[in-house]
Amino acid sequence: MDLSFSDEDQAFRAEVQAFLADALDPDVAEKVRLGRDLTKADMDGWHAKLNERGWLAQNWPAAFGGAEWTAVQRHIFDEEAAKVNAPRIVPFGLSMLGPVLQKFGSKEQQDYWLPRILSGEDWWCQGYSEPGAGSDLASLKTRAVREGDHYVVNGQKTWTTLGQFANMIFCLVRTDPDAKQQEGISFLLIDMDTPGVEVRPIILLDGTHEVNEVWFTDARVPVENLVGEENKGWTYAKYLLTHERSGMGAVGFSNAALTTVKRLARTVKDNGKPLNQNPHFMSRVAKVEMDLMALGTFNMRMIAAAGAGSAPGLEASMLKIKGSEIRQEINDLARRAVGPYALPFASEEVEGSNTPVPDPFDVGAVTGEYFNNRKMSIFGGSNEVQKNIIAKVSLGGRA
Amino acid sequence: MNFDLTEERQMLSDTLNRYLSDKYNTDVRNKILDSDDGFSAEIWSELAELGVIGALFGEDDGGFGGAGFDIAVVFEALGRAGVVEPMLDTGLLAGGLIASLGNSAQKAHLEAVIAGELHLAFAHGEPQGRYDADAVDAVADSRDGAILLTGRKAVVVNAEAADMLVVSARDPDADGISLFLVPANSDGLEIQGYPMISGGRAAEVLLDGVQVPEVSRLGAPGETLPAIEHGLARAAVAQMAETMGAMQTATDLTQDYLVTRQQFGRPLATFQALQHRVAEMLTELEQARSALINAAGHLDAAPKERDRQISAAKGLFGKIGRLIAEESIQMHGGIAMTQEYELAHIAKRIVMADHRFGDEDWHVQRFLDLSAA
Repeated sequence: MDLSFSDEDQAFRAEVQAFLADALDPDVAEKVRLGRDLTKADMDGWHAKLNERGWLAQNWPAAFGGAEWTAVQRHIFDEEAAKVNAPRIVPFGLSMLGPVLQKFGSKEQQDYWLPRILSGEDWWCQGYSEPGAGSDLASLKTRAVREGDHYVVNGQKTWTTLGQFANMIFCLVRTDPDAKQQEGISFLLIDMDTPGVEVRPIILLDGTHEVNEVWFTDARVPVENLVGEENKGWTYAKYLLTHERSGMGAVGFSNAALTTVKRLARTVKDNGKPLNQNPHFMSRVAKVEMDLMALGTFNMRMIAAAGAGSAPGLEASMLKIKGSEIRQEINDLARRAVGPYALPFASEEVEGSNTPVPDPFDVGAVTGEYFNNRKMSIFGGSNEVQKNIIAKVSLGGRA
Repeated sequence: MNFDLTEERQMLSDTLNRYLSDKYNTDVRNKILDSDDGFSAEIWSELAELGVIGALFGEDDGGFGGAGFDIAVVFEALGRAGVVEPMLDTGLLAGGLIASLGNSAQKAHLEAVIAGELHLAFAHGEPQGRYDADAVDAVADSRDGAILLTGRKAVVVNAEAADMLVVSARDPDADGISLFLVPANSDGLEIQGYPMISGGRAAEVLLDGVQVPEVSRLGAPGETLPAIEHGLARAAVAQMAETMGAMQTATDLTQDYLVTRQQFGRPLATFQALQHRVAEMLTELEQARSALINAAGHLDAAPKERDRQISAAKGLFGKIGRLIAEESIQMHGGIAMTQEYELAHIAKRIVMADHRFGDEDWHVQRFLDLSAA
């Protein structure tokens, strides 16, 4: 066993650091640091910089224009990017749809859609959840009926992240209502400009607009936008979800957030002394740091296994559970640290309330983030669903 | 021993609950949250008409209550409905300080307060003061029969709406903390307002040599800390009662949702993993209620025992509040993350209660200090 990075990996880290120092717009990094909403232009700009360097599609094979990084390289990039508050790479086209098209899409679909993801010409969003199909995703009801060269789509998707910026949505739709739940689902690519597609904003409890409802009323979708085979969509969906889940340890982000908490603890005064002399608060910080150190190694063990070609199994679910809990605990510490200054809040989405709020510790919307990140244990398969998976596989055949 | 409410308190509780369930739904509140004032003047005067503000004051001050259990009854009902109107700040905190320290001229304002016609705020906390009652750096300089107030007050809830502020400042001559009743439109007093994440508005209050006459003093020079601490104890009880009501609502909403929401072909409430979590919430809720009764029943005890009881309760509320808010959101799933759903606001009220009058860690430490001494 060897816990150190290889010389090649160290050299790669230096290369990443140099790139970030050069390419990252300081104004955008400042927005990320303070938890402010990024504009579409901010995110497009960051993608363009990465694409120019050939580093946008980090997990794609070189044949599709990807960087074909090893799992260790991806981890190093994530770690360095989080340290300097680089924006998160928007995952819908790159980490979710891309791999599905590469594995299950036709040659024509690959040739047409993949370059458009890289160039930023298409902004994808994910049409999975529905109001009645959350944890029980396979119960989805959005209907697609074949009529000649088109599918006619009716129904509603929800929790569509950044759908307001998207021109394309990949959807799970029901094509056979009579088949067993998982067997009547297809994977369809839908142009958001199609008549009958409507996006409605959902404002979250921290005042942000990051998710949407997407409604379909007799939206006509060309049959060539079907990925793979009709009624086989569940297989593709599961493949995609594994990709979605594996990034959820969020170790880099948690490390960056913990650094902020420690800085706060040095700055904030409590009973006239720095907060980092308060044993109650610091014991919370220490406990979450212990957990995070172990999670970092858990993450690396997963990465090493993936490098050796083994697919993530239960460990992906465990990493998602632990990663979200640790992140949420760090968010909780940040809001505790600022004391009464956790109360002020200005939402960028609510008109007329963009008054500057006091931020004496220069830390941004920590309370908003605390509430917003409650989503981490809900999305991508709630932590309860992950626990069901773990229990089913580990106890399933035995009781 | 008797844990029943008196008939009068039960009536007040019923009336207030009925009024709020008719009048104060999610849509109404969301409009209030988005409004420039951050509260509804109409609802404020209706609450006054119902006697809600009067219930916070004793008979000598023109009210009909004022005891710990009066406070608990009022604020539990307000909390249950997620009311954001500044009852705690105008009525209980600043109004309570005038009642306990004011001379007859100052107390004359209470009639208008109880009638809902006068708003107040308590400008006390400071940027580096966190939750400590005596962390006051603002200064009151006496000069030629007048007093000049200088300093900065942090996160003063309801400052913009207030007609008068109760301002704390250190009195160099008296070597202690003094209080002053300061008109909000005084020269040199600047109010920088902003909304709060759980509703209502607060402000940074900048005092740049605000000149007030000697008669604006509230209480004896340099000797107001005990009254401030008593006021903060009352406020902590009020806020715990509010949180109690909010936690009850969160738990009710969660149970209703689990019974109704179907996933995997059956109601969520049939999953044992969730059933046990509801059972834990209900158990903790009873712990919170008992802690609140302990605190409310000791408001008029000797200061040390009073504050030990308050800390025991509020330390527990910090922990239980987080559990109830987070578990309620988690067991709902995404729907609870949306502004449109009642629980979103209720959960914010519960969690943000930990950021006034001392959080969990602060109360644990004070409890240790007061238990050891």
